[in-house]
Amino acid sequence: MTKPKTIIEKIWDKNVVFEEAGKPALLYIDLHLVHEVTSPQAFEGLRLKGRKVRQPKRTFATMDHNVPTTHTNVIKDEISKLQMDTLKQNCDEFGVPLAGMGHKHQGIVHVIGPELGLTQPGKTIVCGDSHTSTHGAFGALAFGIGTSEVEHVLATQTIWQAKPKTLNVKIEGKLGLGVTAKDLVLALIAKYGVNFGTGYVIEYTGEAVRNLSMEGRMTICNMSIEAGARAGLVSPDQTTIDFLAGREHTPDGELFEQAKRDWLALATDHGASYDRTVTLNASEVEPQVTWGTNPSQCLPVNGIIPHPDQAQDDNERNEIKHALEYMGLEPNIPITSVPIEHVFIGSCTNSRLQDLEQAASVIKGRKVNQGVNAIVVPGSQTVKQKAEEKGLDKLFIEAGFEWREPGCSMCLAMNGDIVPPGERCASTSNRNFEGRQGTDARTHLVSPEMATAAAIAGHFVDVRTFEL
Amino acid sequence: MDALKQHKGLVYPLNRANVDTDQIIPKQFLKRISRQGFGQYLFYNWRYDDKDHPRPDFSLNHPKYENASILVGGENFGCGSSREHAPWALEDFGFKIIIAPSFADIFFNNCTKNGILPVVLKEAETQQLIKNAEADQYHLTVDLETKKVYDNVGFEASFEIADYPRQMLLNGWDEISVTLTYEDNITAFEKNHIVY
Repeated sequence: MTKPKTIIEKIWDKNVVFEEAGKPALLYIDLHLVHEVTSPQAFEGLRLKGRKVRQPKRTFATMDHNVPTTHTNVIKDEISKLQMDTLKQNCDEFGVPLAGMGHKHQGIVHVIGPELGLTQPGKTIVCGDSHTSTHGAFGALAFGIGTSEVEHVLATQTIWQAKPKTLNVKIEGKLGLGVTAKDLVLALIAKYGVNFGTGYVIEYTGEAVRNLSMEGRMTICNMSIEAGARAGLVSPDQTTIDFLAGREHTPDGELFEQAKRDWLALATDHGASYDRTVTLNASEVEPQVTWGTNPSQCLPVNGIIPHPDQAQDDNERNEIKHALEYMGLEPNIPITSVPIEHVFIGSCTNSRLQDLEQAASVIKGRKVNQGVNAIVVPGSQTVKQKAEEKGLDKLFIEAGFEWREPGCSMCLAMNGDIVPPGERCASTSNRNFEGRQGTDARTHLVSPEMATAAAIAGHFVDVRTFEL
Repeated sequence: MDALKQHKGLVYPLNRANVDTDQIIPKQFLKRISRQGFGQYLFYNWRYDDKDHPRPDFSLNHPKYENASILVGGENFGCGSSREHAPWALEDFGFKIIIAPSFADIFFNNCTKNGILPVVLKEAETQQLIKNAEADQYHLTVDLETKKVYDNVGFEASFEIADYPRQMLLNGWDEISVTLTYEDNITAFEKNHIVY
């Protein structure tokens, strides 16, 4: 009998082109996703050396980081415009398919990959973007790379990689009502820290993960990088297959049946071992709110903002002190007493149809609090269109939210959707780093449901007791 | 990329853990389409206030650290975004070596592709270096061939680095040229590889 393997080992073994003892392996890349920010220097590098894109058909580009979310046809920022025009020229010149501005499939690269069925189990997927881990939800080995590696993959369709260590994140138990995948991953990072995944590929296992929708699995895998892991994945199951059936780039007919058998066979074998295992009990997780400037500085919504004196050592004391200062927060007060001025619902973490449905479900005829600017930015043109078919746009607009065009938007504030200095935002995105949403902006990460509740209340509030 | 065998330089101490790439190079500077010129924006929000005036309380603005080429930081250095603009900015500013107790994976890779050597030392060792560099102008030598870091007053530490990035840095190789020598392997692989 062969040794039981994890899905990570199965994908690895399937995609190694060449290996030699003591060296990284040359790994074949099945799908290379490209966006405007991290690719211009890579295409320029090809041009300077007279190189081609080896597999344009295994490459797919879109525009997301820079796109305006207000008037799609007008890009006021000349430098942004140049970066997007450059992507268009590069895609034309090198024959790379592009869903650019105005294209019906345009959207956040990590939303459209799965949506179009480009993302599939067993694929190795890279993109010049750290949230490429999102695609792991489908049982793909997907990770972010830098621009030099983008150029390398464009030229060779491969990448040199040391075989990763494997980390089993086992999440058993059932999620409580009003508690989401976002809360799970935030609680996980709060428990184990922002670098427990460094050097590992995570596989998320356990009852709570099995019970998640594909959207929920994407939210969790998306934030693997916030735990330091370049990639995080979930073994494919019927939920995965059901999501993929009938998508533009998934096979159909007999080929789909064959693909399905191959995909399901990728799941981790019973008895396979990991280099490390950590656990989380989903039934103990409450809705989460970050209070600091990294995702592990996070509290259950009914928690109290920590005091530097609670720290275990000097490093942590400095970190808490520094974070409180930046965030303009007093220690020892309930996080629910903190007022907010902005709400952002969107990003590659939480901008899919289900995220927007869940965010909208909290409205119940209520209005966004006076003094709160709240925006909803769908993850893609497809998400936007489907949400509008369901009337979600009207629900949001009637409640006082702005309903925007798709893009990365206020997650990293490259496109002009900025939180002003000193102001506070409840955000469904993935990073609460200093200056992430604007210089001196203060970010609190929450789930879509918690973001809507905060928009209505004007401060953080436990969505479970907000159903009044 | 230039070869890097040994480097001697002035040390800049940045005693913070989890320095993310959003701090190293904020997003407003990622719109440029060239690789050059990012040094002026390094640690922008820490170096400058919202009126673009230098913040006097940020140590990198201190004349003492002018021309520093070795940065010693805290654990999980370079976490967050995969933006290679971060090592481009560090390199353009003049940093050749980053020393820390641990690095984020993508940032570590990105450094080695740009002629910057990331050196992992023990926390006690980095704290010693930070203390020395905070007290006075402090110079270190980093030798990639012998994998040692030392000064001329008695500090010496060894570090480990995988052989692959070490050879790339020592020789200043263009990785794509190296990989293209395996082109036949790639072509043969593609013939039998199933992707749906």
